[in-house]
Amino acid sequence: MSAVFFFLGAIGALAGAIGVVMLRNPFYSVLSLVFHLISLAALFLLLRAEFVAAAQVVVYAGAVMVLYVFVVAYVGGGEELPSGGGLRILGPLFALVLAIELCIAMLGSALKGISGKGAPYIPGFGSPRQIGTLFLTKYLFPFEVASLLLLVAAIGAVVLARRRRGLEPDEEFETKLHTPLSHRIGSMAESVGARRDS
Amino acid sequence: MATTTFAWIVLLCPLVGTILIGGSFKVLKGRTAGVIGTAVIGLAFAFAIATLISLLGHGPQQRELTSSVWDYARTLNIDARMSILVDPLSVFMMLVVTGVSMLIHLYSVAYMASDRGYTRFFAYLNFFVFSMLLLVLAANFILLIAGWAFVGAASYMLISFWYRRTTATKAGLKAFVINVVGDVGLVLGTFFIFGHTGTVDFVKTFHTVPHVFVRDSPDLVAGAMFLLVGAFAKSAQVPLHTWLPDAMEGPTPVSALIHAATMVTAGVYIIARMHVIFELAPAAADVGAIIGGATLLIAASIGLVVTDLKRVIAYSTMSQIGYMVMAVSVGAYSAGLYHLMTHAFFKALLFMAAGSVISAMGGVQSLDRMGGFRKAMPFTFGAFLIGGLALCGLPPFSGWLSKDDIIGFLDHRGGGFLILGVVGYVGTLMTAIYTFRMIFRTFFGEPVPEARELQEGHLHHVDVPVNPANGEVEELDVGFPGPEHHIAERAMPMKVAMSGLALLAIVGGVAQVPGVDHALSSFLDTTFADSTIIRDEHSTSAAWIGLIIGAAIALAGIGIAYRVWVVAPGTSAKLIERFAPIHKFLINKWYFDEAIDFLIVRPTLWFGRFGNTAIERVLVAGVITGGTVSIVRACGALVRRAQTGFLRYYAAAVLAGITLTALYFLITSS
Amino acid sequence: MAIGWYLVVSALIFAIGAAGVLTRRNPLVILLCLELMLNAANLALVAFARMHGNADGQIFALIVMVVAACEVTVGLGLIVAMYRRKLPIDVDELNELNG
Repeated sequence: MSAVFFFLGAIGALAGAIGVVMLRNPFYSVLSLVFHLISLAALFLLLRAEFVAAAQVVVYAGAVMVLYVFVVAYVGGGEELPSGGGLRILGPLFALVLAIELCIAMLGSALKGISGKGAPYIPGFGSPRQIGTLFLTKYLFPFEVASLLLLVAAIGAVVLARRRRGLEPDEEFETKLHTPLSHRIGSMAESVGARRDS
Repeated sequence: MATTTFAWIVLLCPLVGTILIGGSFKVLKGRTAGVIGTAVIGLAFAFAIATLISLLGHGPQQRELTSSVWDYARTLNIDARMSILVDPLSVFMMLVVTGVSMLIHLYSVAYMASDRGYTRFFAYLNFFVFSMLLLVLAANFILLIAGWAFVGAASYMLISFWYRRTTATKAGLKAFVINVVGDVGLVLGTFFIFGHTGTVDFVKTFHTVPHVFVRDSPDLVAGAMFLLVGAFAKSAQVPLHTWLPDAMEGPTPVSALIHAATMVTAGVYIIARMHVIFELAPAAADVGAIIGGATLLIAASIGLVVTDLKRVIAYSTMSQIGYMVMAVSVGAYSAGLYHLMTHAFFKALLFMAAGSVISAMGGVQSLDRMGGFRKAMPFTFGAFLIGGLALCGLPPFSGWLSKDDIIGFLDHRGGGFLILGVVGYVGTLMTAIYTFRMIFRTFFGEPVPEARELQEGHLHHVDVPVNPANGEVEELDVGFPGPEHHIAERAMPMKVAMSGLALLAIVGGVAQVPGVDHALSSFLDTTFADSTIIRDEHSTSAAWIGLIIGAAIALAGIGIAYRVWVVAPGTSAKLIERFAPIHKFLINKWYFDEAIDFLIVRPTLWFGRFGNTAIERVLVAGVITGGTVSIVRACGALVRRAQTGFLRYYAAAVLAGITLTALYFLITSS
Repeated sequence: MAIGWYLVVSALIFAIGAAGVLTRRNPLVILLCLELMLNAANLALVAFARMHGNADGQIFALIVMVVAACEVTVGLGLIVAMYRRKLPIDVDELNELNG
């Protein structure tokens, strides 16, 4: 029975992943990722990680993806030009090589423990009680640091995205963008117009 | 105090003088620098006498003293120490150097008085005396080479003393370059000798050489020849002599000190000092003697025709040093050094007197424009005459005794050296002719305008200072000669110095009168006791016969000069016309300058230019530097291609790296 | 199911995410693919936690989620800033931060 669920979850996750990568409209990619996350949550449940699964759905799929949706709505999907260069072929090739290698590593090598079904189940494994205890005793420091990180990220995002006073009118940007920029001169600040000495 | 302590003080006095004068260069006013300089050398002379007395206090066999202050090279068993050797030879040289220098310093106090570079002059002069003393007191090859180089440097600084005169700077450079050739010879000679003896100390070397080398062994001859190259460059022997006439661009006291009395005698000193080596390599010694004889004749012949007063005296110096080189090469050490001493006296005197005459002429040095100064400058005339008579070798002047001592020795040794003896007599004749040519042309005949001015009591003053050599207009600022000229009649220091030297020129000969006393040779004998040349005293009567022959030849020469220049004034012009090709050859100094230019200077310049364009520009700058640069640049360009700025490429690189690392671990773990 | 299956799924998701990062030009989608890779890691962590029987892997996975959230925040802030300044939302055009 669990095998069925496993396959359902796995195929869902993989389908979602492929959807993220292949869909042209970014909004669809976001939705595909949401589907992927929920499939992963299912897999987590199968692995007896209830709290993690719940956190995944609530935090990840719920909050982070909603943020994503907002930004996509703001920025707009836009037509995406096809990717150029050799990376159109090389990219998937690299990925394929990596996948094969990882699989060989995991399955073909001497990871004996993988062949088993895992350790016996202890009740309370993966429950919020256990997670909370661990967070507040053994992993207190990472917990605190993670919260600090969240704070910093939030402030950073606000700083990055705020509206600056005295922005120049639009046409100057357009002209700037159309001048051919050599790889070795200029700077990001100049191109965004924050520095006026071009 | 120990003898060597005195010697150290002698060495240090002029050094202190240099530092003192050079250091307080800005604050010394008037003639203070001159007084300090002269006093310091006077002190050195006093201590030199003290050294002599102290040395005589030792028994005759214990007169080779070394004293070392510092051991500064203790690697590879090279025993290079800062040490001095006090023995009769070095004390003798020390006395000559300090004594004559003292008088020349005194002379310069007045002579250079109006020159803007007065203080600098005395600093240089003291430095020179220090270097010369270092040279003669050195107890090992290393210090000798150091003193040699310093002396060359001092000579350069003093020749181009009037540094804003292009002729002076060119002359200084020429002297320095030729001196460097000599330096190289000296150093190479040292290597050759050191290679076998393993020591650079003189005393040890001279003891080791007879055991390590056989007679005329190739390395020894090579070493001795290189030493001779050094000696010839310093003493202006053919073919390294071309710098000496040009060195007359320096002020007259410089010519007197360096190019008459001291520096040019360094070559003679070195041959005398290394007599053990030269006696064991007769091939080299013979070369020395032949070159000395050749120089004697060549220089005397040129001196017959040159028209610049100081250059005649310069060629005379060259010729007399030929005598000395000849002497010490064949084994007549005391004779050669005796002549060195007397030559220092009368040559310095001649230069001083010439300086006085040139001052009266307002800086002009050409004999063509001089004449009839006898009444205007009696003191100078007297000094010049005394110097000239001593130079010609007339009794009872010192030059007579010393020159004929040399020739007598040559005759006595017989064999091939007899030819050199004859050469010596021919040289005597020519010496007498050119010396009195100078005297007659300068002091006899119709007084020239400058002389007439002086007779009326008014020293000739030049309105527009001009370089006498090429007629360029000069200024009176630093780097050029000062506005005033000083003659002996009016400057007491000059008179005192010249009188001192005149006295020495007259009575200096008493040190070694054959049959009467041999103070000098017995004093110097202990240094040369290990000479293998048979020096049994030739009989007094033979010596006196030689002296009389010499005096007769000199008188004959004076007579010829009198005939040509006083009795029949047009004779020299007629002679020049008749022997025009010979005259041309002589007045071009036997074309030595041109030959050296053609054989050495031009190829070197060509090679330098070739090196610059072909090797330097193409190979070094182009291939090596440029090549390296372009390789680095290419590598940089290659690496720069990775800095694209494309995010995805960077991500691809990261991914590739991870993949490869994982692959590596996969392979190594399985 | 044996743990190996979960790990294979994780590897595949990671590879797909990597392919997406390398291939897409819209930075939003690249960020999404980064999320995929992080999720793959999370899956592997949780699988190993199950294998060993202690919940350390799950803690780790939670922390990873926190980090992912932060990173998304900052990344989206960047994209908003880019959009505000009328820059093209295309990683191939934004290539001056180099050297």
